[in-house]
Amino acid sequence: MEAFVSHTGLVMPLDRANVDTDQIIPKQFLKRIERTGFGPFLFHDWARRPDFVMNQPRYAGASVLLARANFGCGSSREHAPWALMDHGFRAVIAPSYADIFYGNCFQNGLLPVRLSEAEVDELFRRAAAREGYRVTVDLGACTVTDADGFRADFTVEPHRREALLDGLDDIGRTLAHAGAIAAYEAAHAARPAGG
Amino acid sequence: MTPAAPPRTMLDKLWSRHTVHQEPDGGPTLLYIDLHLVHEVTSPQAFEGLRLTGRRVRRPDLTWATLDHNVPTSDRHLPIADPISAQQVEALIANCRDFGVPLYDLGAREQGIVHIIGPEQGLTQPGLTIVCGDSHTSTHGAFGAYAIGIGTTEVEHVLATQTLWLDRPRTMEIRVQGSLPPGVTAKDLILGIIGRIGTAGARGHAIEYTGPAIAALDMEGRMTVCNMSIEAGGRAGMIAPDDTTFAYLEGRPHAPRGAAWEQALDDWRALPTDPGAAYDRTVTIDAAATAPQVTWGTNPAHVAPVGDRIPETAAETAARALAYMDLRPGTAIADIALDRVFIGSCTNARLSDLRAAAAVVRGRRVHPRVRAMVVPGSGLIKAAAEREGLDEVFRQAGFEWRDAGCSMCLGMNPDILQPGERCASTSNRNFEGRQGSGGRTHLCSPAMAAAAALAGHFVHVRAYPRTPN
Repeated sequence: MEAFVSHTGLVMPLDRANVDTDQIIPKQFLKRIERTGFGPFLFHDWARRPDFVMNQPRYAGASVLLARANFGCGSSREHAPWALMDHGFRAVIAPSYADIFYGNCFQNGLLPVRLSEAEVDELFRRAAAREGYRVTVDLGACTVTDADGFRADFTVEPHRREALLDGLDDIGRTLAHAGAIAAYEAAHAARPAGG
Repeated sequence: MTPAAPPRTMLDKLWSRHTVHQEPDGGPTLLYIDLHLVHEVTSPQAFEGLRLTGRRVRRPDLTWATLDHNVPTSDRHLPIADPISAQQVEALIANCRDFGVPLYDLGAREQGIVHIIGPEQGLTQPGLTIVCGDSHTSTHGAFGAYAIGIGTTEVEHVLATQTLWLDRPRTMEIRVQGSLPPGVTAKDLILGIIGRIGTAGARGHAIEYTGPAIAALDMEGRMTVCNMSIEAGGRAGMIAPDDTTFAYLEGRPHAPRGAAWEQALDDWRALPTDPGAAYDRTVTIDAAATAPQVTWGTNPAHVAPVGDRIPETAAETAARALAYMDLRPGTAIADIALDRVFIGSCTNARLSDLRAAAAVVRGRRVHPRVRAMVVPGSGLIKAAAEREGLDEVFRQAGFEWRDAGCSMCLGMNPDILQPGERCASTSNRNFEGRQGSGGRTHLCSPAMAAAAALAGHFVHVRAYPRTPN
């Protein structure tokens, strides 16, 4: 997994609440058997409209997605963070995320930052006001800052932060507990499933 | 004298039973997974990860696979027409063979939607931890299991280690008092709950549904309720196991037998939340005030009783949804005309759902403008329905009668809406484009979908009293 320490990038504002993973990557593109190649289909149905934010030249090359509450609700498809990353996004900033999407982001080096509604509102204002608006998302310091004095602190579960800073995947970490897993299985030998 | 142990919730008990390792200071738990269900869409990258790292499936005996999302529901004797769908199906068949995972293949009578066949086979049992790369895994919580949807990286993690790192969710009791009125079903109840608490109302929480109206539901109704917990943002949905649960499970292929059954019953009876245990939140719902529900917008909380109108406030709060749905505030739900009707999905494709729809349809005809289809949840449900003659009831009314799969719930197979088509659907998501790009989905119960198929628009199911056989 790609590590995330700090990233500075162009902000793309997506001013909708409850963006579901069916919108992020529609089902007809879930048939690939690889983790890559989903970027061209990001927000596929919305992207067919010329006025969709992603089609505006000023947001070309954006790598920080600014979004509204409950981003990533619906299906558990990890294809959603895969598509966001494949398209070039490294961080999302929103007031809240659906639980499964939130976890899936950390598995892939995509940082979902939670800020307050007021802070997100302020970022929307700044992104609209200034073409080329960029922020720095720093996971070491747990801050979002811009060049004009915006600064917001965020919190991340410590274990998720450490894993992302180091780019560690979970299986390696879990195998350090192989003895405990084997002991658990020995103590619960008579499992009903399959029996 | 030792003090009495503090009362515990069902989640407390499930969590402590399955803890392999607990990180200190509120860190995550390494939780043992008892049952891992696998399907073709969210697993190929996980198996590929195992290959690349030289790992095996740690417990193929606790892992079961089926084909459901992509599979055609007609002409099963022919090769799958879409080459990319076929590749995904072939990949799962090859992965199951290479890693020793049992598979309900397309030819198997047991094949069907993953959340339907787990309970049907008796794999889903009280007290288990259950995962699947699918958000509707919450369905299995109806048996008193902790069942959650996971992403593909976590699928690989469970395949390799039979565990997952999980943060313990908070608990939310949804207490349903009273009893449901006639013609009002579990689907109406859960849609009403989502309308009340919102699509993020249970985020970060494991819901436990309690109260007399929940206890009165059969297992299929309980599964419908738990299935849609994710649409309220819940991490899981759970219902305490009771005699209804045990009666459903007894004699199923993978349920314990003989002495093991008696032992399991003792164990399962200890699972329900202790009296006096505290939930982090409680919401109380009055079942008697629930009416048949229909969604009018683009998420499941955009919902209203069939006798109501689209709220005037939607002009402000859901303008984009109304524009997509081509509807206006103040429109009566009963004035919404339909092109398609879909009875199916992991929410509502069980035998009791098909019976409820057939009772409305029997002896009547589908409206000439409407194309209607029934997709049973599994091959066994299809066979059981045919033994009762339900297929003939549907066919004679003008419904298509299909083979088992996810079908038009998400339209990964050829069963999709055309742009602009409007569908009454017993599935779980009315998101933009969910059933086909540009398609418009209205969620409702099987009986309400059946009534809508006959009338060509939404109508209270009581408009079609049961006719004699």
